[in-house]
Amino acid sequence: MRPFDYVRAGDGRQAVGLHEPGTMYLAGGTNLVDLMRLGVAEPDRLVDVGRLPYDRIEPVPDGGVRIGATVRNSDLGAHPDIRRRYPMLARAVLSGASGQVRNMATVGGNLLQRTRCGYFQDVSKPCNKRAPGTGCPAIPGEHHNLAIVGHSDSCVATHPSDMAVALTALDARVHVTGTGGDRVVPMPGLHRLPGTDPQRDTVLEPGELITTVELPAPPVGRSTYRKVRERASFAFALVSIAALLDIDSDGIVRECRLALGGVAHVPWRAARAEDALIGSVAGEEAYAAAADAELALARPLPRNAYKVALARNLITSTLRELAP
Amino acid sequence: MNRVEGRDKVTGQATYAYEYDVEGVAYAFVVQSAIAKGRIRSLDASAALTTPGVLTVLSSADRPELGDTDDPELAVFQGPEIAYHGQAVAVVVAETLEVAREAARTGVRVEYDEEPHDVRLRPDHPGLYRPKVVNPGFPSRTEKGDVEAGLADAVVTVDEVYTTPALHNNAMEPHATIAVWGPDGDLTLYDSTQGPTGHRDITARVLGLPPERVRVVSRHVGGGFGSKGTPRPQAVIAALAARAAGRPVKLTLTRHQMYDMTGYRTPTIQRVRLGADAQGRLTALDHDVAEQSSTLKEFAEQTTVVSRVMYATPALRTDHHLARLDVPTPSWMRAPGETPGMFALESAMDELAIAAGMDPIELRITNEPDAEPGSGRPYSSRNLVACLREGAHRFGWARRDPEPGIRLEGRWLVGTGVASSTYPAYRRPTSASVSVLNGDFIVRVAAVDIGTGARTALTRIAADALGASPEQVRVEIGDSDLPKATLAGGSMGTASWGTAVVRACEALLKNGGKEATADTTDEVGEAADFARHAFGAQFAEVRVHADTGEVRVSRLLGVFAAGRIIAPKLARSQFIGGMTMGLGMALMEQTITDPDFGDFLTDDLAQYHLPACADVPAIEVAWIDEEDPYLNPMGSKGIGEIGIVGTAAAIANAVHHATGHRIRHLPITPDKLLI
Ligand SMILES: Cc1cc2nc3c(=O)[nH]c(=O)nc-3n(C[C@H](O)[C@H](O)[C@H](O)COP(=O)(O)OP(=O)(O)OC[C@H]3O[C@@H](n4cnc5c(N)ncnc54)[C@H](O)[C@@H]3O)c2cc1C
Ligand code: SF4
Repeated sequence: MRPFDYVRAGDGRQAVGLHEPGTMYLAGGTNLVDLMRLGVAEPDRLVDVGRLPYDRIEPVPDGGVRIGATVRNSDLGAHPDIRRRYPMLARAVLSGASGQVRNMATVGGNLLQRTRCGYFQDVSKPCNKRAPGTGCPAIPGEHHNLAIVGHSDSCVATHPSDMAVALTALDARVHVTGTGGDRVVPMPGLHRLPGTDPQRDTVLEPGELITTVELPAPPVGRSTYRKVRERASFAFALVSIAALLDIDSDGIVRECRLALGGVAHVPWRAARAEDALIGSVAGEEAYAAAADAELALARPLPRNAYKVALARNLITSTLRELAP
Repeated sequence: MNRVEGRDKVTGQATYAYEYDVEGVAYAFVVQSAIAKGRIRSLDASAALTTPGVLTVLSSADRPELGDTDDPELAVFQGPEIAYHGQAVAVVVAETLEVAREAARTGVRVEYDEEPHDVRLRPDHPGLYRPKVVNPGFPSRTEKGDVEAGLADAVVTVDEVYTTPALHNNAMEPHATIAVWGPDGDLTLYDSTQGPTGHRDITARVLGLPPERVRVVSRHVGGGFGSKGTPRPQAVIAALAARAAGRPVKLTLTRHQMYDMTGYRTPTIQRVRLGADAQGRLTALDHDVAEQSSTLKEFAEQTTVVSRVMYATPALRTDHHLARLDVPTPSWMRAPGETPGMFALESAMDELAIAAGMDPIELRITNEPDAEPGSGRPYSSRNLVACLREGAHRFGWARRDPEPGIRLEGRWLVGTGVASSTYPAYRRPTSASVSVLNGDFIVRVAAVDIGTGARTALTRIAADALGASPEQVRVEIGDSDLPKATLAGGSMGTASWGTAVVRACEALLKNGGKEATADTTDEVGEAADFARHAFGAQFAEVRVHADTGEVRVSRLLGVFAAGRIIAPKLARSQFIGGMTMGLGMALMEQTITDPDFGDFLTDDLAQYHLPACADVPAIEVAWIDEEDPYLNPMGSKGIGEIGIVGTAAAIANAVHHATGHRIRHLPITPDKLLI
């Protein structure tokens, strides 16, 4: 690990002020420190934002909730209001990593964690995301757990966060502050597709700091988060789903939220599936049609076609489970 | 009996190789090759050497002098040739670990003349050949009777290919060494090893020293599973680095480096052909494997040798083929040979049972042999049938409907499976001494406790032999200055060391003096000619999600016949540990080789999945009381490895029973059950 400066910021404004080219924010460090050890991240300076006063979970008047960027994943997952009102979020957070990692990991860091693509993490290899223009060895190589939708010829990586999938389904608004002032970035919309510049995971500008994630009042309906992985805990998703379903007394779908993890460079809001479902008669046929509408977009790679079948089954079986 | 060093371990007092406080110690970090095949054109360490804090750099650029260079994995820095990705090409020694690591990363510029590599094992690889012998010395090929005729006569046959991926041992404690040269040129290695005596002899030879000038200390070892059975490059590198730096040197491999430099289980491609008559009696068994080794060294896993042990058949052929690829040298990993071999054989037996319309337990009992099929030797004892019956009873096998794919609980398909397991009971020459001190007994033997509880078992064995209480016995192990001993491997540690300890104790009681010693070379050499194996029956219940293909093991039962069980608590842990490792092999473990870059891709514990607690059900273990007078004074067989052997097949067979899908290629990940 090469030498770097370390400073702890007292407040958000100071953190932004301390940010220069070559600076990175450090929160729980569970992703960034790993990447520094691997030589993937080589900051000259770390500005520690882990103890900034964004550590609260507070209700807001419109019925929503504001979650500070430094709230630990374990505190978010255990929070009674979150568990009661946003169960898909609590479940998503608790399905991620391990208890020890969640005790360190923050909301801001979780949103901005980097892909687990093996080539990205190995500096001896080319990778467009880490070293733009060097190529994407995952396309001809190992992509068993990489993207099936929204990828490009430049990059087929997936975003690994579980929490972000639930936030995407819940229409979260991410509050950021930077030298250019404060702004709100909606989810979906924070993360971007790889296109020709996969080195940029999100729409944030250098030095922009996440301060809060705001959730509108929870939509009415039953919701859950379901994660499929190769071992029962402590593994990233092959495919995951955040889902909410509300069916009226005539059996018509009134509200539906669907977002998928493990399938794309972004937490993937399955808007086509939602559109297909809302207003239709709830049932196997509608669920299958919704899944098919979404997965018509899928362009699996040679060795990850199973994810299309998995996503389809996960959508239909989760909806079936949520129907009263 | 509780572990005698349990308190030391849970209070952090137990000292592992890297943890010794050595004055003036420097730190070393290994630089690895970035190509899989070719030559180093130039190696420029000037940037590292001018980094503040760096003491020295060793590489093939100034070839360090070694004694015996016969083992190419240990003959480090002797030339520019690169045989695999991740091979050690240099080592940086510095005042701190951080400086050593950073200088190794950025201060050593290596340029290569790269050649195209070949790292992909395939059944039609043009380089496949039959090795003369397979590990540790079995003939590669055996043939008895007429296999083709047996298959032609069969009423039912199975002819399938089964594959297992490369697997890594992943011991908790990394391979670590502290090397200290004394003023008189003697070398002490604090090392993480499974056998101090052998480790001393081999490193001494490589370094060109007489063995008595080298001492290896390994008081506590955090697992090895075979990967520490022989010295790894880091031991030699640490010694060379310490000599060059004129200081003691600490060197540990990182988890990533362990993947390349400390061995792994070869991938296997196995073809099994079985034929049986209308009663389910085997008419032929043919088991063939293609596996890999490096271009440096021939290591041939004895994958199909299990078929020489298991079932009665008039026609038996077993064979091994090896491809030498541009990969690291594979090595021992818990039950090498038995583990992949039994996955294939016991899956095939399950397929045969289904084809024959027989219960899989009855099929196995039907094919119970009178003598070892491969050799014709009598068994010293064999209680596979008793294990199967006891297991069937405990597991509730009688209630099982053999029809696959019909039990749905919620969205989970439920199924059960069975497989046999086996592991040979070896013994090797060992010496031990026992002396009396203030009424207590001190037992000395260069054994080692790699986490199995060897120290505790030997305490028990000595106490029994002396007619003393365990509190009166102090066992000293983990040091090559103690009486020479064989390694903790091949599930033979306790049998080998225990024999020597018992004989020393007997001698002490006989001579009535203060001290006695024993050497079991003659006793072991003169042992009668029996086929000695432990056997077991393993049962699994799995749940497979009908929509997602996730597999969860809800029950595991192992019933073993492994001679006399010396220390029940420790034995249970060994069986459970083995079965847990088998569960990992069944469902998730695999090391993926990148054909383009020629290296291992999944080389850390985030990417190489080992079972988490949530994957492991409450495992039930039982054993048959087995009396076998032809083993050793304790009447024991090894227990460290057999637990892993049948687990993967039992789980794969249960997955078939649950879903109707036969998965012949490990691991059984959701993708394989979805399509
Ligand atoms: C072994 C392992 C398994 C894991 N498994 C899972 C899993 O199954 N599911 C899952 O979702 N996650 C998983 N994780 C990832 C884990 O959730 C993330 O590492 C964690 O959430 C990151 O949070 P952090 O606070 O530690 O971020 P850090 O590592 O400190 O930072 C991550 C990134 O975010 C930036 N950053 C942090 N805070 C801010 C802020 N407020 N504003 C702007 N930028 C910021 C940093 O500069 C850095 O680039 C796993 C991690 C490990 C190590
Ligand atoms: S998929 Fe993206 S992250 Fe992975 S190697 Fe390709 S460019 Fe790099």
